[in-house]
Amino acid sequence: MSDVFGFFSSRPLRHIAAALALSTGMSAVVSDASAQDTPLISGGVGFFSSTNGGNTTYLPVLSPLLAAPIGSHVLVESRANLIESFFVKGNGQPGYTSAPFLNLTFLQGDFLVSPHLTIVAGDFLTPFGTYNERLSPIWIGKFEDGPLIIPLGTMGTDSSVGGMVRGSAISNAKFYVDYAAYFSTTSTNLQFNSERSSGGRASVYFPQTGLEVGGSYGRLLQGTHQNYSGLHVWWQPIDSPFHLRSEYAHGEHSQGYWVETDYRLSHFGGPDSAVGRLEPIFRMQQTFRNSPDPTDGLPSADTRRADFGLDYYLPHELRINTSYARQLSSTGNRNVWETGLVYRFLFPTWKGK
Amino acid sequence: MRTLKIAMSSLFLAYTLLLATQTRSLAAAAEPASSGQQDKASRPEPPSAGERAFRQNCARCHNAPQSFPPRISGTIIRHMRVRANLSREDERAILKFLNP
Repeated sequence: MSDVFGFFSSRPLRHIAAALALSTGMSAVVSDASAQDTPLISGGVGFFSSTNGGNTTYLPVLSPLLAAPIGSHVLVESRANLIESFFVKGNGQPGYTSAPFLNLTFLQGDFLVSPHLTIVAGDFLTPFGTYNERLSPIWIGKFEDGPLIIPLGTMGTDSSVGGMVRGSAISNAKFYVDYAAYFSTTSTNLQFNSERSSGGRASVYFPQTGLEVGGSYGRLLQGTHQNYSGLHVWWQPIDSPFHLRSEYAHGEHSQGYWVETDYRLSHFGGPDSAVGRLEPIFRMQQTFRNSPDPTDGLPSADTRRADFGLDYYLPHELRINTSYARQLSSTGNRNVWETGLVYRFLFPTWKGK
Repeated sequence: MRTLKIAMSSLFLAYTLLLATQTRSLAAAAEPASSGQQDKASRPEPPSAGERAFRQNCARCHNAPQSFPPRISGTIIRHMRVRANLSREDERAILKFLNP
């Protein structure tokens, strides 16, 4: 538990945290001038169960997000995960035990410099691929767990401590181009853990076809320097509830891909009908081990996995997730059963006029 | 291996169904109007610029929240500007869409 409360244990980080907390408080004063800029608390709360190879784990999760504007050019935002994990004791002992886990996913200040440039400083999600920044919140991701290749390019920590520039480079009726480039320093603080690295991502989106193609690059700048590269293709046909998302990532010692599709059955009586609330989802993924590396976070042997899921959207921002996965590997085949209930919330930090 | 074959077959089946649904929708859209004004009246209105911008940017990853107070719409847009790299035009259009 002492680790959990190891927040801001180093002096510079304490100063950053104090400045951000102060600025968040200041936003209350500033944002009164603008009726639409009240700070908000959003996020999700969920209860998940996962049976992996016969072992069942229960995970109640609270994942709040705070967004607080300051003036007209600054936004401070942060997301955390509070998890209590219940799992079998093991070693032949009956019953369950539990462990708390508190993780600050990001804490960043965004400076809106121009319509094409935003400067981000602090602890931010590493912009490599698409899953980490866009699909990792529990109220967004269709499956309970992320793809196997996530550690590649995100340097195993998912977040970076340093600076980032990002924005929309070009935007017109035919295509959008956006970019993100970052530099991260080494941080061993429990809540701001990061590796010294740099990299970025660029994407092109064609709004008329709903096709998005992008590439990512990352370089680890400590220990043995390593390069990571990635490619993603997303397709969401206009006026269709179908989504296709795919991503490929390559590292020095391993590589892999995932392809995910979902189709909300809203054609059958509308999105609020009993059938229209259903959403079948499917994900296929493979990882390939080129050479041994126990630190890159991918399975130690070539792995194939197919996930079949069915989500159900209840009224009032509730969603039921269910899925079955079959994972095949030379280290052992296994079945993974997952179920979950997620509630998404979004409200202002205080009552306005 | 058998499981993977089943998985790939299921994916193929899903794509075929999707294609069939999309083809039917396109065929229906391409049919000439048989009763003029009546068809015009029953045809759904094209989405506004803001709704289109919302679908093209925000809905690529998530559904719209069912409801929220207007006083946080500016904060939501600022968050989405950073997360989704919104252009100035889309930022304004979505703000108008969320807070008409």
